[in-house]
Amino acid sequence: MNHRYQALDNRPLFTPFFLLMLAIAAIGAVFLVIRFVTGIGTVANLSGGYPWGIWVVYDIVVGTALACGGYALAVTVYLFNKGKYHPLIRPALATSLLGYGFAALGAFVDMGRYWNAYNMFLPWQMNTHSVMLEVGLCVATYVLVLAIEFSPTVLEWLRRQTGWQMKADAWRGRLDKMLFFFIALGILLPTMHQSSLGSFLIAMGYKVHPLWQTLHIQPLLAVLSAFTMGFAIVIFEGSLLTTGFKRHPETHLFSGLGRIIMGLISAFLVIRFAYLAIAGKLGAMFALDLGSLMFWIETALFAYPLAVLASPVKRENGRHLLFAAVSMLLAGSLYRFDAFLITYNPGPGYSYFPALPELIMTVATIATEIALYLFIIKKFPVLPREEHAAA
Amino acid sequence: MDRRNFFKASLGATVASAAAVASTGARARPNLDPAPEAVGMLFDATLCVGCKACVTKCKEVNGMPPVPMGGDVHADFALDLSAQTLNVIKIHTEGKGAVKDALADGFAFEKRSCMHCVDPGCVSVCPVKALIRHPRTGIVGYDADVCIGCRTCMTGCPYNVPQYDYNDAFGKIHKCQMCNQKGVERIDKGMMTGCAEACPTGATLFGTRTALLEEAKRRMALKPGEVYNYPRGDIRKPDSFHEKAAPEYQRTVWGEKEAGGTNVMHLSSIPYDKLGMPPLPERSYASISEGVQSTLYSYLALPAIALGGFTWLVKRNTESDRKGGQE
Repeated sequence: MNHRYQALDNRPLFTPFFLLMLAIAAIGAVFLVIRFVTGIGTVANLSGGYPWGIWVVYDIVVGTALACGGYALAVTVYLFNKGKYHPLIRPALATSLLGYGFAALGAFVDMGRYWNAYNMFLPWQMNTHSVMLEVGLCVATYVLVLAIEFSPTVLEWLRRQTGWQMKADAWRGRLDKMLFFFIALGILLPTMHQSSLGSFLIAMGYKVHPLWQTLHIQPLLAVLSAFTMGFAIVIFEGSLLTTGFKRHPETHLFSGLGRIIMGLISAFLVIRFAYLAIAGKLGAMFALDLGSLMFWIETALFAYPLAVLASPVKRENGRHLLFAAVSMLLAGSLYRFDAFLITYNPGPGYSYFPALPELIMTVATIATEIALYLFIIKKFPVLPREEHAAA
Repeated sequence: MDRRNFFKASLGATVASAAAVASTGARARPNLDPAPEAVGMLFDATLCVGCKACVTKCKEVNGMPPVPMGGDVHADFALDLSAQTLNVIKIHTEGKGAVKDALADGFAFEKRSCMHCVDPGCVSVCPVKALIRHPRTGIVGYDADVCIGCRTCMTGCPYNVPQYDYNDAFGKIHKCQMCNQKGVERIDKGMMTGCAEACPTGATLFGTRTALLEEAKRRMALKPGEVYNYPRGDIRKPDSFHEKAAPEYQRTVWGEKEAGGTNVMHLSSIPYDKLGMPPLPERSYASISEGVQSTLYSYLALPAIALGGFTWLVKRNTESDRKGGQE
């Protein structure tokens, strides 16, 4: 029925790299136990002024944006009907499912009263003005939607197991009739909560540096930068797979995405600079302090991919495309880190730098995601067959 | 659609969403009004002698232990608000720190506790209504039984008041509830807050927001040196008065208008930022944030329209895919 995708099942799973990822994950698991037994304070450097550290800012705010590959491609393929990008969707969905799944788990670990989390789902307890409510409900739903979007892959795997073919085909038939709705939902939900991740900053008011405090524009800048990160992660991941598994490069597909990315980055930069100019904050750009320094680093990281993608020669070059993608990933990540942590200032008396166990737990989360990703692409038909991608 | 058109379309979508979001500025709600019978406190820094009787009384009322320094527990050494301290006296010094309430070589005392904002950021951002502004008294109360511990209230409080207990595996948020939480209910019983009751100089005065604001304005109208009869305790029925020469007050009461105003207001003779007050505009951040949220999510109208459009496009595009023999 579908031979467009293949599992890399001829490759060994337990490589030294895979075992290293598992080892890091195991160290993280030890601290995870400590966190639940003795409290967050034992493993994290959070305080009254910095209630959110890297767990929230990396695992959720940056992590979900890095998991926007599925979202960005779904918009391209299904809203704008660019079917040629279809081969990229499954690996992107796998990354999105992992990224969002672990963001939800991370939120739970960071939650100080996790046993009360169900209150978010009780209509009479909901504060509909709350950005956190919107993010919580949306991310929880989106994880389910991603699981449904990914389920055809699992069913394809299942039908090859003895005795399951009929059932798997029946389920697949039923799923295919409804899938369009879940794809649409899978476009709506990230639009909502990715913009809300920006809206968080509004209520933080003066604690957010003037160059990042854009009030009404926050949701728009957040969703635009999430899009750039989503496309960038698709290119980044594809390039790593090409090198790592010596697969046929997908450069011709990536360079096509370049135009879209250029539009998104330009819109982001124009809107941000225009807002800062209108709000009379241009002076803060040249204040020669930490804020202005970070602002220009970010702007340079956003501008570099524009230069690469504008050149017809570099756009077709896999190495340049990879550099451009990395630059975009750093730009979008830094934009979030700067706003929420690096230039975030709750006032005198408070400072934050992550504790070692806190850092290790975040690194362990990433290692677990990488290990799971490798497991998935080696066991399930996720990556496009080479002939197909090259066609 | 070719690339160029696609590029145009994405730019168009961006501009449209920019316009939608930008228009929220006009639609946002104004700051909330004070609760009809809002109660609060007036802290006059020029009357505070730094005895910390209020800190001790607060611990007693709330059943919290003193913060020791080393092995020393004969006094409370709390330096700032924490999960153990809902009310603290801080000292600001400048230069030699010799003259009370003076800027040059001066010092001043400052009380920090929940300001009980008229338009509270913590209440606005809490996902589960664990923080609620009481509809009549305006007191900002906390319900640990529904709180999920996300700590968004801490990011949304301009004064860094809510404090999560990180050293407890089952920690809660701790904040002043104006001695009116379940089991204490001093205000409902007609009493005043513990800190106001304990204050020997009337630096912390309890009362309705309206009466306290009038009192603050009376003081500000005094000529420096003019003798004034300062009340102590509850402004509705002061236990005593004492006469003192008025200092030169700042021209504003902190909390009349800052970020929508507060029920706990402060008076000082040195600028409020010296006492650690944050740089706040009159417009509350809560009102801006809620304006954006309600424009985007009111009755889920925009998401519903978007979902309808997306569903139609996806269905059309996946069907054309299938007819094209791809699936």
